[in-house]
Amino acid sequence: MADLLSGALQGYLAVALLLFVVGLATVLLRRTLLMQFMGVELMLNAANVALLAFARWRGGDVQATVFYLMIIAVAACEAAVGLALVIGLHRLRGTTDADRTASLKQ
Amino acid sequence: MHSAWLIPVLPLLGFLFNLLLGKRLGKKAVTAAGVGTVALSFVLACVLFLAMLHAPGHRLELSYGDWLDAGSFSVPLGFVIDPLSGLMMLVITGIGFLIHLYSVGYMGEDGGYARYFAYMNLFVFFMLTLVMGSSLPLMFVGWEGVGLCSYLLIGYDYAQADDVPATAGLKAFIYNRVGDLGVLMGMLALFAAFGTLTIGDILVKAGHFGPQVGFGLLTFATLMFFLGCTGKSAQLPLYLWLPDAMAGPTPVSALIHAATMVTSGIYLVVRMAPLFQMTPVTMTVIAWVGGLTALFAATIAIVQKDIKRVLAYSTVSQLGYMFLGLGAAGFAAGFFHVFTHAWFKALLFLGAGSVIHALHHEQNLMKMGGLWKKMPVTGWTMLIATACIIGFPGTSGFASKDEILYLAYLKSPVLYWMGVAGACCTAFYMLRLFTLAFLGEPRDAHAFEHAHESPVTMTAPLVVLAVGALGAVAFGWPVAFGGSFRIEAFLEPSVSYGATSAEAVVHHGGNPAMLAGISTVLALAFAWWGWSSYKGGLAVAEARAAKWPFLHRLLENKYFVDEGLAYALVAPLRWFGNLLWKLFDVIFIDGIGVNLPGALTRVAGDFTALFQTGRVRNYVLTMGLGALLLLYVFLK
Amino acid sequence: MSLWMSTHFLSFLVFAPAAAGLLLLAFPERQARLAKLLGLLLSFSIFCVGLRGLSLTPDAGGWLFLEHRAWFSVAGLPVDYRLGLDGLNFWLVLLTALLVPVTMLATWNSLKRREGVFAGLLLLLETGVLGALLSQDMLFFYLFWEGMLIPTYFMIGVWGGEDRRYAANKYFLYLASGSLVWLVGLLYLAAKAGSFAPELMAQAASQLPFHAQAWLFLAFLLAFAIKFPLFPLHTWMPDAYAQAPVAAVPVGMLVKLGGYGFLRFVIPILPAAAAHYSKTLAVLAVIAIVYGALVALVQRDLKKLVAYSSLSHMGFVLLGLASLSVIGAQGAVLQLVNLGIGTTAIFLMTGMLEDRAGTTMIADFGGAASRMPVLTGFWILAAMASIGLPLTNGFVGEFLILNGAFTSGFDWGRAAACFATLGVLLGAAYMLWATKRVFWGPENPDADGGTAKLSSDLSLREIAALAPLAALILWIGVHPRPFLSASERPVARLLSDAQAPAPRLAPAASAPTHAPTEVHE
Repeated sequence: MADLLSGALQGYLAVALLLFVVGLATVLLRRTLLMQFMGVELMLNAANVALLAFARWRGGDVQATVFYLMIIAVAACEAAVGLALVIGLHRLRGTTDADRTASLKQ
Repeated sequence: MHSAWLIPVLPLLGFLFNLLLGKRLGKKAVTAAGVGTVALSFVLACVLFLAMLHAPGHRLELSYGDWLDAGSFSVPLGFVIDPLSGLMMLVITGIGFLIHLYSVGYMGEDGGYARYFAYMNLFVFFMLTLVMGSSLPLMFVGWEGVGLCSYLLIGYDYAQADDVPATAGLKAFIYNRVGDLGVLMGMLALFAAFGTLTIGDILVKAGHFGPQVGFGLLTFATLMFFLGCTGKSAQLPLYLWLPDAMAGPTPVSALIHAATMVTSGIYLVVRMAPLFQMTPVTMTVIAWVGGLTALFAATIAIVQKDIKRVLAYSTVSQLGYMFLGLGAAGFAAGFFHVFTHAWFKALLFLGAGSVIHALHHEQNLMKMGGLWKKMPVTGWTMLIATACIIGFPGTSGFASKDEILYLAYLKSPVLYWMGVAGACCTAFYMLRLFTLAFLGEPRDAHAFEHAHESPVTMTAPLVVLAVGALGAVAFGWPVAFGGSFRIEAFLEPSVSYGATSAEAVVHHGGNPAMLAGISTVLALAFAWWGWSSYKGGLAVAEARAAKWPFLHRLLENKYFVDEGLAYALVAPLRWFGNLLWKLFDVIFIDGIGVNLPGALTRVAGDFTALFQTGRVRNYVLTMGLGALLLLYVFLK
Repeated sequence: MSLWMSTHFLSFLVFAPAAAGLLLLAFPERQARLAKLLGLLLSFSIFCVGLRGLSLTPDAGGWLFLEHRAWFSVAGLPVDYRLGLDGLNFWLVLLTALLVPVTMLATWNSLKRREGVFAGLLLLLETGVLGALLSQDMLFFYLFWEGMLIPTYFMIGVWGGEDRRYAANKYFLYLASGSLVWLVGLLYLAAKAGSFAPELMAQAASQLPFHAQAWLFLAFLLAFAIKFPLFPLHTWMPDAYAQAPVAAVPVGMLVKLGGYGFLRFVIPILPAAAAHYSKTLAVLAVIAIVYGALVALVQRDLKKLVAYSSLSHMGFVLLGLASLSVIGAQGAVLQLVNLGIGTTAIFLMTGMLEDRAGTTMIADFGGAASRMPVLTGFWILAAMASIGLPLTNGFVGEFLILNGAFTSGFDWGRAAACFATLGVLLGAAYMLWATKRVFWGPENPDADGGTAKLSSDLSLREIAALAPLAALILWIGVHPRPFLSASERPVARLLSDAQAPAPRLAPAASAPTHAPTEVHE
């Protein structure tokens, strides 16, 4: 049974890796904050996919599912706050280009 | 007797009243409170004095509980009335009352009338505390308190454009403070030696003190006390403040800087007499410092132009005589001179004040002259005082000074001759002063025109003081001239204070009559010389000054001590303070210790900040690479 | 309510100011006046509640009031909620509670902005100071000790002068760095003792080898020396005082904790080390006394002058403590009270001059006495207290300290007392010199100078603020017994383990009944 599932695990992990790389590439290559933000969300979901895959592989751990739901809820809040910040920044600076809002640098 | 505490408290109440309400209630109320409280104190002091005379052992001890109490240290709040403090009490309240009365006329036009009387009353309070206090700390309260009042009263005219009074007040306080530290140290040493600071206990314990223990400590203590005396009683080397203190109103000079406060040093030594007698080193120091001061100050007085400055140096010189007497173990003689000096020096100052008042605040002797006709009362009383101070035979000054010189001879003939030389100078400058002010032709016609005899509130005290100055002789007349030195027997209970080791003063050796004769004849000769030099105006004196320009300049500038001190002490002190501040605080501690680490931190921060590009993508890339590195490290 | 108060008197004193302070912080800017008024009323009420303590006889010895319960544990070490009032901190507590409303009243119009917030911070600071004064548990004490930094940091940084940021940072870093070293020592000792209770820590410390005790003592000393402050760790103070005239008063409120904490905790916990290092302490004290006075002598700014004079006065406190004698330590405790009164009074008056003239440079003034006679009167009184004139509080404190040092059995005692008197002399010099330059002499003719702008004498409000301080100066000077008798037994108890040699009194003192016949020639 473990063998049967182990094949599936690799598939899931491959999907998660793909998602993660796409997300990372988005963050690294795009300059718009909104797109970078989406990239971050993709990476987060890649981690979630990996989490669920491992949970399934270990025999259907319910805790992981609960945890996943929790993450989704928190991520939703975080997305709301993040989007609000992006909008606020746009209002303040008129741009969402990450490289042009680098005011934390001295 | 139960009202003894009222004696110092009444003037204190007067002070509070005048300070808080005086300005609002007007001059009459101020006068009533200021003069009235001192008068009442005088009456109570007389009553107490009589009670003391009838008390066993001529001592009254009054206790009002504890003042300070910490660990093994405790100071009672109490008074001791014995012949010594009783007499001082009478002098302070009696002469104090007269001078208060005199001030009503003298300060009548002054805007700060209430403030003036407030300070004066406070002074009387502190002075009474000084003499009545039964313990050294309580005495110290008065000791520093009179210094405070002196400071306030010298600087009374603080807004004067030339800034002289305020500077003089500051100077007086600082010099006194040097001496006060001496008293403080002396008290600490005595507490270490005896475990108590109550005067009576100390003196009784001192009698039981074996010579083998703690004599270094006792010598230290008495020397420190004497340092305090040189400050308060203006002796070498701390005398410099007293001549400058003449910047205060003249009645202040009479009360504080002639009659009472400056004699508190002598009072302290007499009070602790048994202790001083146990330390011969200190006694010798006192005698020599006193003798030197007597001569030194008298020479300066010869050429001073300001009438009050002449009297100020005269006071310094006379105080020197008193210490000379004390140092020669003549406690009664020294104190007797305090007593007689209080009368005639107060009289001299008040007389000078009367002259100054008449001439609209002209203090320069060179611009006076011929006032005898215009101011007969002042003139006569001044003449009496002059006779007393130069030791004219039959006056109180003769009696007291002569006794001191005789004792000085027993101590060392050199001291005697120094005293005689000082007496000659005294005779010369006093006659110079009197002649320049009252005799000859007026040298300032305008001022002379307006001169007038002073009001009765001012002349009445002059007359009373003159009577007192002459009458003081009743208390003592040299044995050599068929008298009895009554004051010695009178003070005996105070001076020996139950101590067993206090040796009696031995009166033998020398020829008292001849010694007195020498000094008197010489002094009278110098008095005549002083009169004859100035009776015809300033010509003779100016010729003499031109002949010896160096000597004249030296004396006129008071041997340049002030300038020397400013150069040698004050300037280096400020320089040193600046050095500490700029070098230690600013450069070493703040620069190297505080700001340098701060600057280094900032440089390090600036360097690492180079990696902060502000681009999120750079951070993510670094983070990713870092994650890969970690993975590699862990999975290797 | 009254029942609650009778069991939680100290908790109320400590935390009521914080509650009031938080309330004031919540007020909007435009309600500042109301906030100020409320702050004054609340702080005054807290002081009135504190006066209730007068019904306890402070000289009874032992705890007058104790609140003690277990609170929480850190790493297995129990931290107790333990507040105690005894004769040692009794008057300091009352004085602190008095100084807050007095300061608010005196500086009513001095602040130009955010007055409500300032009042709130002042009340928070009161909690810090009272908490530190009353805490009898080391960690609890440490929390208050550090907590005080926060309100004062903002007071200096927000309401200070031109260099306020520099001064505030310097202040914070100085004090915090000292405390951290102390904290390490504290935790080490607490781990040994298994508790933060001072008695247990003292017990544990006595089991340690001497070199360990010495190191602990030095770690403790660092924190207290900075707060004191002592040369050469004092340079935060002139800056803090000069930059923040109004905030300087609170700083003055908390420096007295250095001396208090040293006596309350450091000496009893590490008595052997304290005795061993007493000479070092005395030398440091004398340096502080003379150094502070000399540097004060050349200051041009009144505020810095007072700061350095404060350094000099704290030197006296340390000298009294270093003597490890009851007399000296009692003098030191009284001197802490005196400093709270005297330095505050002088600072408030400097602030009143600055309110009118806009400057505190000494050279800008001259002849101010004619324009402000009432202020001059208060100033002279405070100056006399500062230079230790008898019948003012300063004399009693200084005299007892010098006495304690002189008669202590230490070989340095007499020399230290002699040198310390130099400070008394120089104190008179700088204080009266400044007094003369500011108040006396001819009026400064410069129309832009300070004197010309002194348009009015003290208002009733300002007199009301200064009068209690003036009354205290005289009261302690004339009748110091309530203050001294309160501290006698606690001080004797705290010093009992410090091995000071027997007081050096000559044999005659101990045996006054020698027959006079034994005297030899």
